[in-house]
Amino acid sequence: MAPLLEIRAARRDFATPEGGKICALDGVDLDVDANEFVTLLGPSGCGKTTLLRAISGFEMLDSGTIRLGGTDLTGLPPFRRPVNTVFQSYALFGHMTVARNVGYALEVAGVAKAQREAEVAETLEKVGLGGMGARKPGQLSGGQRQRVALARAIIAKPRLLLLDEPLSALDRNLRQQMQIELKSLQHRLGIAFIFVTHDQEEALTMSDRIVVMRAGGIQQIGTPRDIYRHPRNRFVAEFIGETNLFSVTVDRVEGGTALTRTAEGVQVLLPADGRKTGERLTAILRPADFTIAAQGILGTVARAVYLGPDLHLSVTPDCGGPDISVIVRDGLGVGEGTRLHLAHDPARVHVLEGG
Amino acid sequence: MALRRQSVILGALLAPVTLFLGVFFVLPLLIIAVFSFLTPGLYGGVEWAFYHWNYGRIFGWADGIIELYEPIYLRILLRSLTFAALTVIVTLILCYPVAFWVSRLPDRWRLAFLFLITLPFFSSLIVRLYAWLLILKPTGLFNSVLLKLGLIGQPLEILYTPTAVVLGMVYVMIPFMFLPLYASVDNLDRAQVEASLDLGANRVQTFVKVVVPQTLPGILGGAVIVFIPSVGNFIVPDVLGGAKGLMVGNLVEQQFLSSRNWPFGSALSMIIMAVVLTVLLIAVARARKGSGNA
Ligand SMILES: Nc1ncnc2c1ncn2[C@@H]1O[C@H](COP(=O)(O)OP(=O)(O)OP(=O)(O)O)[C@@H](O)[C@H]1O
Ligand SMILES: [Mg+2]
Repeated sequence: MAPLLEIRAARRDFATPEGGKICALDGVDLDVDANEFVTLLGPSGCGKTTLLRAISGFEMLDSGTIRLGGTDLTGLPPFRRPVNTVFQSYALFGHMTVARNVGYALEVAGVAKAQREAEVAETLEKVGLGGMGARKPGQLSGGQRQRVALARAIIAKPRLLLLDEPLSALDRNLRQQMQIELKSLQHRLGIAFIFVTHDQEEALTMSDRIVVMRAGGIQQIGTPRDIYRHPRNRFVAEFIGETNLFSVTVDRVEGGTALTRTAEGVQVLLPADGRKTGERLTAILRPADFTIAAQGILGTVARAVYLGPDLHLSVTPDCGGPDISVIVRDGLGVGEGTRLHLAHDPARVHVLEGG
Repeated sequence: MALRRQSVILGALLAPVTLFLGVFFVLPLLIIAVFSFLTPGLYGGVEWAFYHWNYGRIFGWADGIIELYEPIYLRILLRSLTFAALTVIVTLILCYPVAFWVSRLPDRWRLAFLFLITLPFFSSLIVRLYAWLLILKPTGLFNSVLLKLGLIGQPLEILYTPTAVVLGMVYVMIPFMFLPLYASVDNLDRAQVEASLDLGANRVQTFVKVVVPQTLPGILGGAVIVFIPSVGNFIVPDVLGGAKGLMVGNLVEQQFLSSRNWPFGSALSMIIMAVVLTVLLIAVARARKGSGNA
């Protein structure tokens, strides 16, 4: 089956006031399936909003195509595209009641009043705002406004919902609650979501697939697990979650294990996999991949912080090199200044070719 | 407790203003209100005796002996209201698109434009109106250009017609319409316009349902600020109007300055004020209904 949304070679340049050119979209290819939750993740200015605006029709592409359900969207104005948006600023209509805001898409489509009112009530119920229809947006809390924006965008049952950092204005607790609600709503509605965030934790918890972007280009597309465990390059590895990157050279191969060393002498073990002595690689280890053991990398704890049940350590290796981040479950008796050995399972190491 | 202290301080701060407005604004108004019910003196001034025929002359219960009912007064009042309404409509139509255009200019050009809009205030109104007289007269700039271009065979009679009056008032009032309008257009939340388009409203629907309501305060503000001085305006019709362009402001001016019938002039003023107040109240009520912006 063909994907719901197909973006091919999308390109968009902006002229800067200084006379230069910024490439906001640099040949983006992306497919989104029906009912899929896709997250665009990347640092500020990497083109996430531009991509969403190109899909919703507020930004024209310089070249490339966007097809939705097989139809080419190029040249269709925003109001002819079966796509709705939850704006970061919510953009609620201040002069209308909540109910009229939510029913707006139906109102302009000419749906009869009685049916409209029934659907508005139902949609408000769906987002947990039953009975608030008579209020004005100015009389709502931030979280409630967010729900109104959501209700307004889903009432017309678009095939694709675009959400541009919809949770960034909310505090942490509300944010986590909304993450769960959004996800379950998406499931129930059966609408595909493209969700923009620059919070990698949010991306990991909510998405079916994550699109990591950088400077207008896509770095990697994959499931959260994929992206986390098998980043394709250093940028993705460093952007998603805390990471330890080691530029290593293979020392020797012993049985199933390759022994490698950084320039400073930190020793990392990898699966042999036909590695040859002298080969240069980048080894990636997540903080939770280390354990405190009787032997391994010798170092001193520079910083120790409890976050919930986990102990986050920053360990300075004796032989030098950058500090290593470690998360251990049971860190009893470990504190700043403790000397310890860090061991790891060679199978947990993710390897990037090249140093 | 704190509230009471605050209101004392507020009272102290507001006292001078209240005093000033009381002496120089409310008091003259009261005098005019009282005068409008007094008998005109034989040689100007007033006699302190109740007299309702000042209003009778206008609304039709004059006795026909001392005071004559003249429907012309009501007609002139109606004409003034029409001219003022036309001025509001024309200035609004002219300024609304320009306000959008200006709000999208780069900063530097925007400031330059706003400066240009206020430029007329730097020179005398009378002088500027006489310039219009020179432009509009049969041998003036306007007609000679049209003649030269061969668009007309003989000069158009514009001067001393209602057209000239409305044209002159539009010219005078444009800044008063533009500035409040611009302020609210500049404040328009572009994201709301996009949201409307995104939700399937076409451009006309978006304009009617979002842009106009969002800029309604500016529209109403501009309309009120233009309408009120337009109704009572007497300078523009004086210079450009002629007999057919006479407005109620000219009547009032005549009663006070040449006819020296102050009570009648006062009665006319009170009627203007009643009309203007009604319009204002309606506008405020509308604005309140439409507000509640997030
Ligand atoms: N209208 C515009 N004119 C000029 N440059 C623009 C315009 N819109 C975006 N850009 C530039 O294009 C690049 C991508 O912008 P975009 O808004 O898509 O970033 P983003 O990924 O959404 O960032 P953020 O996470 O901060 O929202 C940025 O460098 C930005 O400065
Ligand atoms: Mg953005």
